[in-house]
Amino acid sequence: MYRCHVLVCGGTGCSSAKSMEIMESLEKELKERGLDKEIAVVKTGCFGLCAMGPILVVYPDQVTYCMVAPEDVQEIVEEHLVKGRPVKRLIYDESMQGTEETKRLEETDFYKKQKRIALRNCGIINPENIEEYIARNGYEALGLVLTEMTPDEVIQVILDSGLRGRGGAGFPTGLKWKFASGNRGKVQKYVCCNADEGDPGAFMDRSVLEGDPHVVLEAMAIAGYAIGASQGYIYVRAEYPIAVQRLQTAIEQARKYGLLGRDIFASGFDFDIELRLGAGAFVCGEETALMTSIEGHRGEPRPRPPFPAVKGLFESPTILNNVETYANIPQIILNGAKWFASMGTEKSKGTKVFALGGKINNTGLVEIPMGTTLRTVVEEIGGGIPNGKKFKAAQTGGPSGGCIPAEHFDIPIDYDNLISIGSMMGSGGLIVMDEDTCMVDIAKFFLQFTVDESCGKCTPCRIGTKRMLEILDKITEGNGTMEDIDELEELAYYIKDNALCGLGQTAPNPVLSTLRYFRDEYIAHVVDKKCPAKVCKNLFVYKIDPDKCKGCTLCARGCPVQAISGKTKSPHAIDTTKCIKCDACVSCCRFGAIYKD
Amino acid sequence: MSLETENKVPFRGTKEQEEELLRAIEEQKGKGGCLMPIMQKAQEIYGYLPEEVQKIIADQLEIPMEEVYGVSTFYSQFHLAPKGKYQISVCLGTACYVKGGGDIYNKFMELLGIVDGECTPDGKFSLDACRCVGACGLAPVALVNDEVYGRLTVDDVKGILDKYRDED
Repeated sequence: MYRCHVLVCGGTGCSSAKSMEIMESLEKELKERGLDKEIAVVKTGCFGLCAMGPILVVYPDQVTYCMVAPEDVQEIVEEHLVKGRPVKRLIYDESMQGTEETKRLEETDFYKKQKRIALRNCGIINPENIEEYIARNGYEALGLVLTEMTPDEVIQVILDSGLRGRGGAGFPTGLKWKFASGNRGKVQKYVCCNADEGDPGAFMDRSVLEGDPHVVLEAMAIAGYAIGASQGYIYVRAEYPIAVQRLQTAIEQARKYGLLGRDIFASGFDFDIELRLGAGAFVCGEETALMTSIEGHRGEPRPRPPFPAVKGLFESPTILNNVETYANIPQIILNGAKWFASMGTEKSKGTKVFALGGKINNTGLVEIPMGTTLRTVVEEIGGGIPNGKKFKAAQTGGPSGGCIPAEHFDIPIDYDNLISIGSMMGSGGLIVMDEDTCMVDIAKFFLQFTVDESCGKCTPCRIGTKRMLEILDKITEGNGTMEDIDELEELAYYIKDNALCGLGQTAPNPVLSTLRYFRDEYIAHVVDKKCPAKVCKNLFVYKIDPDKCKGCTLCARGCPVQAISGKTKSPHAIDTTKCIKCDACVSCCRFGAIYKD
Repeated sequence: MSLETENKVPFRGTKEQEEELLRAIEEQKGKGGCLMPIMQKAQEIYGYLPEEVQKIIADQLEIPMEEVYGVSTFYSQFHLAPKGKYQISVCLGTACYVKGGGDIYNKFMELLGIVDGECTPDGKFSLDACRCVGACGLAPVALVNDEVYGRLTVDDVKGILDKYRDED
């Protein structure tokens, strides 16, 4: 028995901030003091508070330390673990609230409004130890399914729960399974897991894979039983080395425990899983492209029908679900369809994980019930926008989605609501933008992404998106005309209707949604030749406010192209023809005298 | 993608490397969809996928060279040209971009005198813009080999390069 557990986050965010180094020195320190038999150090998955990483949580006290450095370890051990006095300066500040008492992690604003189902084990168990997963009812759902339920009953439970695909499109998961369930035992079938999370700014699936890999394996085995498949593939992007390694470990452990392989739970059901690594192609997140890639070819999509449920991987009936979708399955089996359907809105049940990023205080991972408003997510859970800036828009769905402007701040987030306002759920990236973000520039950024990632198979996507990007370049450089905006819009609808796969069909969305809500910004770029957010470099100049300038000459010395002139102790001026807009003068000035106009 | 860069570095594969590759091919051959795992292994062995290596794979699997080349040019993680000793990747995912990742990237280009996908003439540094590495909490982020540098400002760039210039 240990008297105390110290949980150290081993997710990508915290690992990048040296959490593994912290863990090593913690273990060393405890060993040297002979405390290693009393206090256990556990490496866990993501706690969600990535912005405050590296995170350490001490149980049973439930004290959360944030932004811990390797040098702090000795103090934590000496003061907290030995003397029982938590190190106040490192405690996650919200948990202090100016009182002497520390708040439990679950009671902080960040956690209170969350409901953790897919992330229930993340930050709690050691993902590299199957027994910790089993202790949290792991593999119980698989046992129940194999020993007490028929495959059709399993599918019915998933159907009744109302679970929809968490990869973005929101197709009912039970229906997908039902379509692939014919001819069980007569034909070879496959169960695939889409872990090729490629949307910029999205890291939900990575956190599940890193923090709770077994849940995906268990759910895939359940899916295999439901449709009659004996082989599964997980297609994971190679950019997630920690996730890959933990999945490998998890698969080996599950095989050793007889939870994968032949005759699982002595039920006669065989199921095994193989890992396949992506190689950096965004289009492989599209289901048909993903399967083509597993087959070892260029990951190009193919036309549907035939749908994968009929003819998928290696020409066999296949189901493909996203990581987060799978992470919900065991809990639905154990708690029943009614329990799951009791959460969320009418047509979107359960919860959704979002990766909060951009201009927001609590960058990190949150899981909220469907129907939570954007305001709650940004202001309460996300802790608002830094530096007192104003909320301008949130972007969901990455390069396939759109932006949600301030006027829809109170919209309950679910699949259908987001579609109706021109965005989409997407896989769960939620990027917050403030008044300093130029919406034309953001649309251009996403389009640049799709242009780079277009596989080139169909013309609307390959050439159409490129043409759209050229128009946007023209507008942001200050050479656009009003006709360009019309043409941009026309082209966008054409590509939407005619592209072969989801990547092309949704590529124009960022442009369409910014045109819908921020057309005035486009017009400002075209007609006034101004970028209201002062982002597009051709459309603003740097100026010096003569009232604020003290004539200290710092800016003139800092300018790499000698564009600033003026006498000592009298206001300086910038020669806009020489200025290269490098922003160096702004960082030099101590009086805030240089501004963009 | 770096593959269009003309490959000026002569192939220096060793007998041991070739043997390791042949063993890997033998292990995987015949399995459905084995081409990509083999190519990933080959890149692990050689560091990149020069024509000579792709030829070995095509011959051993008895498939046309164009099929191997088709796959190697489709995925951005397969490199036809060698990378620098220190591979710098600057994240230009949304979160990093919004927080100024683009400026960091430009600074690297300026200080190294190379553009995306290139390698410095001394073979020391190569530079790539990369997609989201998932460390959005630390944005903006850059990687040098496996070392992650987070919460960067433009002023940090020179220091990072100096650190690696000083080594050896």
